[in-house]
Amino acid sequence: MTATADLECKMLTKDFKNFRAVDHVSFDVPQGSFFSILGPSGCGKTTLLRMIAGFQFPTSGDLLIKGKSMIGVGPNKRPVSMVFQHLALFPMMNIGENVGFGLRQRGVPKSEIAARVARVLARVGLPGIEERRVDQLSGGQKQRVAIARCMVLEPDVLLLDEPLGALDLKLREHMKIELKALQAEFNTTFVYITHDQSEALVMSDNIAVMNKGRFDQIGTAKELYFEPANAFVAGFVGDANRYEGKVTAVNGSVVSVVTDGGISLHARAASERPEVGTLTQIFVRPEAIQLSLTKPDVADGLNTSERIVDSVLFNGANSLAILRNVTSGETMNVALPQTGAFLGLQKGDTVFAHWNPDQARSFPVEP
Amino acid sequence: MASDKSKLGFYLLLAPLLLWLVMLIILPHVGLFAVSISEKVGIREYETGFGNYAVFFNEPLYWRTFARTAFMSILTTVLTLLLGFPIAYYIAKLTRGRTKTTLFLMCMIPFWVSELVRTYGWMILLRETGVLSNALQYAGVINGPVEFLYNDAAIMVGLVYTSILFMIVPLVTTLDSLDDSMIEAGYDLGGNGLTILREIVIPHAMPGIVSGCIVVFMLSLGNYLTPILLGGKDSLWFTGMIYSQFITRFNWELGSAFGFLLLGLSSAVVYLGLKFSGQSLSSTMGR
Repeated sequence: MTATADLECKMLTKDFKNFRAVDHVSFDVPQGSFFSILGPSGCGKTTLLRMIAGFQFPTSGDLLIKGKSMIGVGPNKRPVSMVFQHLALFPMMNIGENVGFGLRQRGVPKSEIAARVARVLARVGLPGIEERRVDQLSGGQKQRVAIARCMVLEPDVLLLDEPLGALDLKLREHMKIELKALQAEFNTTFVYITHDQSEALVMSDNIAVMNKGRFDQIGTAKELYFEPANAFVAGFVGDANRYEGKVTAVNGSVVSVVTDGGISLHARAASERPEVGTLTQIFVRPEAIQLSLTKPDVADGLNTSERIVDSVLFNGANSLAILRNVTSGETMNVALPQTGAFLGLQKGDTVFAHWNPDQARSFPVEP
Repeated sequence: MASDKSKLGFYLLLAPLLLWLVMLIILPHVGLFAVSISEKVGIREYETGFGNYAVFFNEPLYWRTFARTAFMSILTTVLTLLLGFPIAYYIAKLTRGRTKTTLFLMCMIPFWVSELVRTYGWMILLRETGVLSNALQYAGVINGPVEFLYNDAAIMVGLVYTSILFMIVPLVTTLDSLDDSMIEAGYDLGGNGLTILREIVIPHAMPGIVSGCIVVFMLSLGNYLTPILLGGKDSLWFTGMIYSQFITRFNWELGSAFGFLLLGLSSAVVYLGLKFSGQSLSSTMGR
């Protein structure tokens, strides 16, 4: 590990005419890691990436690549390369010329360009396609050529702007694994922006969740999923059932809440312990809820309720059941384990739902 | 039966086009060609032969005017391209929304006026007692009135002005279709303005450049009004020669031969232009 990170942002801010797109963002990305910025559209992640690439300049703050400040350095002088959303392969050139473009700009001799282009194309698994035209490639091949075109320049940081967005589902799943493998192969720092949480969760070493121009949380996929820092992260990363209610008791780290419908729920407080009587919200993951056909024999009896099946959404391994509470009318999404026990579950059936308070999180409701 | 009916419909729809082509283009040209290869040997006596074409090649004034017209037209095309490309690039890439529409419209507005009026406008500006001469005298740059009309530069100005719209329109269309991220990718990979222009923008705009050039070249080569009015008596434009053969000398045979030579010239130059730029007629004109 080197002492200086490949990419370091310090209090980076970008103001547009009447709004702040990026708001005091600080982070650093160590060498050779896969860093994702995950956020809904319009959260400022593209602006952030374009600032790193050099197409936009920050209003304030500093941006360092390998310890050198990039303020005032143009995109063609930075040791970063970018894979564009629609890849931006040059249709007027063949694949070899596309990949060799950057080397030609640097004045590398012709024979060396040919050798390096051939080598990088072999590394992305497409040897000998230099003579082909861009429109003769499939979506996945174009993707790899776009990465090869950047990697041939041996950049310190490779930026990827939602490059999988245009692919169909099957290919996208495949390219996720491929991208991760390519990153390991080149051992280059990748900064990847996406709004698709599964892309971020699968590929990244570290993920930053971005919302309204700020970083809400930086952490590994597991940390984001199991220990979300705030309500936005809990709601955005993964699926969750969300309930709102008043705190009735705080017992250690477990908060007891009564919802508007009069149901009593229990969850672990995520950060500071809330005051009794304040409004709070509780997030429960669908897969953290256990189903049983008979009343479960649980010691504490917390969070156990009798529910009626509202509907069953079959989606293979991701099947869900929507359960309605008879008294309050609240609904709850529960993952249906496809072990066979609940195959016959139908609308109108009565089941028991139960979850451990440790598996649920409570966050204060922001005013 | 059904196919017969649809065939009939097809030919009926095709008929106006065919009529146009045959009656207004092919027949007159066949007629002109027939006239051009008939030599007058006496009163109402004609022989078939290429004598009229021989006259052209044996009289230096004719073929020099011919070459001069071709050269000046090519020069006009090049100047129009050099002037039109930055304008088109600015309109297509650096402006958006209303500004774009306004700028495009401003290029168009002069063409709402007839070419004759526009050319007279230039005469008002450039003549000895015109705006430019007076302004320069007022500024003290020149002492007496200067005649800016009736020279090659005036013809060039007029021709470029007349044809620049036909360069800008196809260029704006092709440049508009160039994705901005291509240019950004070029910069990202270390390119500078010049290499990106040469390797990305111009290859992409090539069909537009070639179609603009073809149109501008043909318009200049076949232009009669602008060279005659701005160039005066000595303009020596080949269309002027054709006019004088037909109208002044009443030598239709030679005039027809000249017409065919001009047709051959424009076809040859367009063919060579397409060959050198590696474009095909369908890729440039099909858009």
